[in-house]
Amino acid sequence: MSPSTRQFLTGVRDGLPFHIVIWPFAAIFGAIAAQAGLNVAQVMGFSVLMIAGSAQLTALQLMTEQAPTVIVILTALAVNLRAGMYSASITPHLGKAPLLTRAFAAYLLYDQPFALSSVKFEEEPELSLSEKLGYFFGVAIPIGLGWYAMTLFGALLGDRMPSDIGLEFAVPITFLAVIAPLLKSLAHLASAVTAMVLALVLDVLPFGTGLLVAACVALFVGAGVETWVEKRKARR
Amino acid sequence: MIEADSGEIWAIIICLGIGTFLIRFSFLGLVGDRPLPGWALRLLRYTPVAVLPAVASPMIFGSGEHAAEPLRLVCAALTVIVGIWTRSVLWAIVAGLGLFFGLGAILQLS
Repeated sequence: MSPSTRQFLTGVRDGLPFHIVIWPFAAIFGAIAAQAGLNVAQVMGFSVLMIAGSAQLTALQLMTEQAPTVIVILTALAVNLRAGMYSASITPHLGKAPLLTRAFAAYLLYDQPFALSSVKFEEEPELSLSEKLGYFFGVAIPIGLGWYAMTLFGALLGDRMPSDIGLEFAVPITFLAVIAPLLKSLAHLASAVTAMVLALVLDVLPFGTGLLVAACVALFVGAGVETWVEKRKARR
Repeated sequence: MIEADSGEIWAIIICLGIGTFLIRFSFLGLVGDRPLPGWALRLLRYTPVAVLPAVASPMIFGSGEHAAEPLRLVCAALTVIVGIWTRSVLWAIVAGLGLFFGLGAILQLS
């Protein structure tokens, strides 16, 4: 077995806990979209072309309210702007890959593969490019396939799907689970607390812009605390 | 119900597909293998720990019908504590969601 295949399988395994949340999420999206009057091809179009749960739900919500097409598009894209930060953050690791491979990775750059890969690449900096790509796709592809399949399942079941099972809480729990093991330094802790508090305070801003501001400030807090800790150590 | 016609719906789906891809491709596509300055790398290392809590916190504490329910706050706290303690994403998820759906089921029965 090649090292990159081994990393692919590790990625598949590390991604397993997320299926618990992604499967019902996809099925609920499919069901709500079908109930709102979209046909199966349109529902699948959303999940296959976007793979972005919260942005898809936002678009659906606005379409149900008969919002103008331009508003639907701009608002749903704004909800997903954090992916631009993911793109910047993963570039030092995957930037040397061929263009088509990078394009495929970009297509799959949704929350879970980004989060797990970032953690992995920070903990194991000695991984080669092909190992990093193997791990990233190992996380991203199976969860993506689950996203497609369960969207279809939900769309076909339609109104026989229960839609309020507390799932809107399950997704943030998995995000907390990913970052908790990272909170091992003062800088990481300061960054995470800043992000949580500011995101709450700025939640009133439109189109999820509060989240972006909170995250950007938290980046500087993390890097700033890291620099400060290094300086203190150097002085001793 | 959505009243938009089929053409409008497909226009939205295709624009969102292209737009989502371009956001994700931005730096990966344009920067590629050009080296980034050290200060940028230092900032970007904090992306997961800055973005994910910012997404999660309004969902846990924020507005909405289930905002800041004691059960949810306890589950969120347990997830973080187990995650820090075991250093395992899996156990953190099992603890947080297990308590949430387990206790949730018990509370609904009573």
